[in-house]
Amino acid sequence: MTLFQADNLAINFGGIKAVDGVSFDVQKGQVFTIIGPNGAGKTTVFNLISRIYDPTSGVLRFEGNDITGVPPHKIAAMGIARTFQNIELFEHATVLHNLLLGRHAHRGGNLASQLLFLPSVRKMELEHREKVEHVIDFLDLQHYRDTYIVNLPYGARKVVELARALCTEPKLLLLDEPSSGLNTEETEDMAFWIHDIRNELGITVLMVEHDMTLVNEVSDRVLALNYGRVLALGTPSEVQSHPEVVKAYLGD
Amino acid sequence: MLLNGLAAGCIYGLVALGFVLIYKATEMVNFAQGDLLMLGAFMAFALIEHYGLNYWAAFLGAVLFMAVFGYLLDTVILRQVIGQPQFAVVMLTIGLGFLFRSGASMIWGTETRAFATPFTDGVTRVGGFVIADVNLSIVCGTAILCGLLYAFFRFTRIGVAMQAASQNQLAAYYMGIPVKMIFSLVWAISAGVAAVAGILLAPVSLIDVTIGLIGLKAFAAAVLGGFGSIPGAVFGGLVIGVIEQFSGIYLPEGFKDVAAYIVILLVLFVRPQGLFGNIGRKRV
Amino acid sequence: MRFFFKTDYNQDINLFRDGVDRFWYGLLIAVLLAAPFLLEDFWLGEISYVFILAIVGIGLMVLTGYTGQVSLGHAAFLGIGAYTHSVLLNLGVPFWISIPAATLLSALIGALIGRPALRLTGVYLAIATLAFAFIIEQILIRWEHVTGGFKGFPVPRPEVLGHSMVEDVPFYYITFGALVLAVLVALNLLRSPTGRAFVAIRDSEIAAQSMGVNLAAYKTLAFSISAGFTGFGGTLFAHKIGYLAPDAFNILLSIQLLLMVVVGGLGSLHGAIFGAIFVGSLPQLIAILRDYLPEGIARQPGLEPGIFGLILVFFILFEPLGIYGRWLKVKLYFSLFPLYKKATFKRQKTYTKSERNR
Repeated sequence: MTLFQADNLAINFGGIKAVDGVSFDVQKGQVFTIIGPNGAGKTTVFNLISRIYDPTSGVLRFEGNDITGVPPHKIAAMGIARTFQNIELFEHATVLHNLLLGRHAHRGGNLASQLLFLPSVRKMELEHREKVEHVIDFLDLQHYRDTYIVNLPYGARKVVELARALCTEPKLLLLDEPSSGLNTEETEDMAFWIHDIRNELGITVLMVEHDMTLVNEVSDRVLALNYGRVLALGTPSEVQSHPEVVKAYLGD
Repeated sequence: MLLNGLAAGCIYGLVALGFVLIYKATEMVNFAQGDLLMLGAFMAFALIEHYGLNYWAAFLGAVLFMAVFGYLLDTVILRQVIGQPQFAVVMLTIGLGFLFRSGASMIWGTETRAFATPFTDGVTRVGGFVIADVNLSIVCGTAILCGLLYAFFRFTRIGVAMQAASQNQLAAYYMGIPVKMIFSLVWAISAGVAAVAGILLAPVSLIDVTIGLIGLKAFAAAVLGGFGSIPGAVFGGLVIGVIEQFSGIYLPEGFKDVAAYIVILLVLFVRPQGLFGNIGRKRV
Repeated sequence: MRFFFKTDYNQDINLFRDGVDRFWYGLLIAVLLAAPFLLEDFWLGEISYVFILAIVGIGLMVLTGYTGQVSLGHAAFLGIGAYTHSVLLNLGVPFWISIPAATLLSALIGALIGRPALRLTGVYLAIATLAFAFIIEQILIRWEHVTGGFKGFPVPRPEVLGHSMVEDVPFYYITFGALVLAVLVALNLLRSPTGRAFVAIRDSEIAAQSMGVNLAAYKTLAFSISAGFTGFGGTLFAHKIGYLAPDAFNILLSIQLLLMVVVGGLGSLHGAIFGAIFVGSLPQLIAILRDYLPEGIARQPGLEPGIFGLILVFFILFEPLGIYGRWLKVKLYFSLFPLYKKATFKRQKTYTKSERNR
């Protein structure tokens, strides 16, 4: 079943075609990876999906609905969550606070009840906490729970960002270079988690990644981009041996 | 009438120019710019009245003094907050503005001062129009200063280095540009420009320690011009000056005082990037 | 060093972490309640002033410390609250209606100004709020038949059951009650989803948006709530100063309010209260200081703003976390004694991070 579909997506930045006629579908339960050299337009595709940019042309469909005109803050509630290449955490807040914000799309209760902190608000907060604790257990973040992000090492921040995205209970998870800046062990852990996210939590994963070992390990489908255009689409091994892809990475 | 507005506008433009120079180079917004203008005017006053220098020597002396002052201000104080949130810089320069004002009132007192200039009370007749020399001096002074700054940024090595440093601080640093010194120089130029504005303004509005409040109106000019654009700042200043003049004539009492602020709000709400600027988006 | 044994999720939600905290805060409240029996009326008046400042400080802290939006025009909201309340009292409206009405009006105007201002970040917002404050000040001057123009008017002194409520002792209890109410509301706000969204906007707008925070709505809300607190403080402020004139709500006051949250320590309610104590007692401190300064300097009218400026510069340069930050460091020093490392809070070297693109 097709969960997400990009149809003929394009965006121009002042005359430069950053993404040009890109189409792909992501099936439910897949790990779908976008690869490509620097500046190929991978992150731009992510920014288009999370609606930070408006596409010049093309259509985005999620669960069959056109989401091209949905404002960015409504994307999370629809079931799409993301992480960022350069980590965008709430630095002067604790890990717990960051993860609870991941529950924002599921918040309830109006402002007045929150200002009075009625029992119903407390009950809701406890439920959110319960959900957050599941994610904390899933990603082994127990000992960082009350640590401020500024005091966390880089590798842990990557995991916290993944955790925050999981707290939104997404159907589609966008991971922007999950392994960048991680050492070998941390990358292995990341590969495990991506497996588990798909197999245990049943979440579809769309990621941008450079580390080909990780890509081969976890991906079902791979899309190769260069200069905003699709070079190849297929299984990891098909894409890697595709002559256009080899040319783009190694030159002529 | 129009010239009155233009002359006031030139002063706003010059102060705004100072903001923009500093903002472009260091991303700091200097809320003490108006107070630098005040200090410049008082320096000229002190040089003329206490040391008996003639106007031109005092002009040069005050501008040089303020330039050195600006340079030191950056090296000693503002360098400490590089990389801190913008908010910290805003608060810091507000604090410095208070200090300058307080310092000036301790040295020169809170009375209103004036000093003689070659332009005071003189008039020039052009065709059928009578133009006050003070206004003429402001407009000409601004034009000359803008020409000099343009040439400086366009044609000198150090001017180009300044542009580079403002584009990308780290890259400029790697290219061997002494970024710290460049920043201090920008502050020096900016303080010097403020001093010029102060001295040109002195015969028109007389000087006292609160003259620096003009800096707040100059924000309107900078915002109108897009905050990152030097010609925009000067043009914005002229527009504000003229609007203020005409709202004083055609609108009810009180509007003249707030015309500049109403313009700020309108511009920010309708077109926040100003007339000449553009706002980028953070890359993720 | 004290340990907190957490056995229940509620412990992270409750207002007090444990019995020890509850004891100390309870003691503080008891002492403050008993103060009228122990102190002279003059001191009660000073403390009420600190309470009022603290309410305003909490309002500004919500906006600046928690949502990360700078306002250089908060004196305007204080003025709106004070004028609305006093004008309504003059019209014969009872104070228990006019106070909420003034608070709501401030919040509404806060939302109106916040709505378009939300597209602005950082310094643009600071300039817009500054401009707004000047315009409000001008309106207070020119709308003479309501505000009394430059001259202003005396604030009515409402009575309850024949007792004037602005006498020192009743007014002390009223302001104390108001502060407790303000603190409770602020704490509830900050431990609920709305407060979390504010902090998220402060630290990363783009991530907040991707997690479902509607930036426009929440920034407007932050502005409105902050203006509401400030207007509420303004109603009491009117009674404290007793006579309203536009120049009581000028830019200097806006800066003093900001000074309060910066000096107290941005990003904590403790900071707002510490800041209020500091700013509230500053005039007294300056008066004492004058005795020790040489004659020539001590009698300068520019001394007070100069000292304000000096304090501001000093805190930004040397203690950006404010008094509350210093307090935390001192506590840590004693709890780790003798192992405290000086480098624990050392600032790292930084270069300019562009805020142009956000």
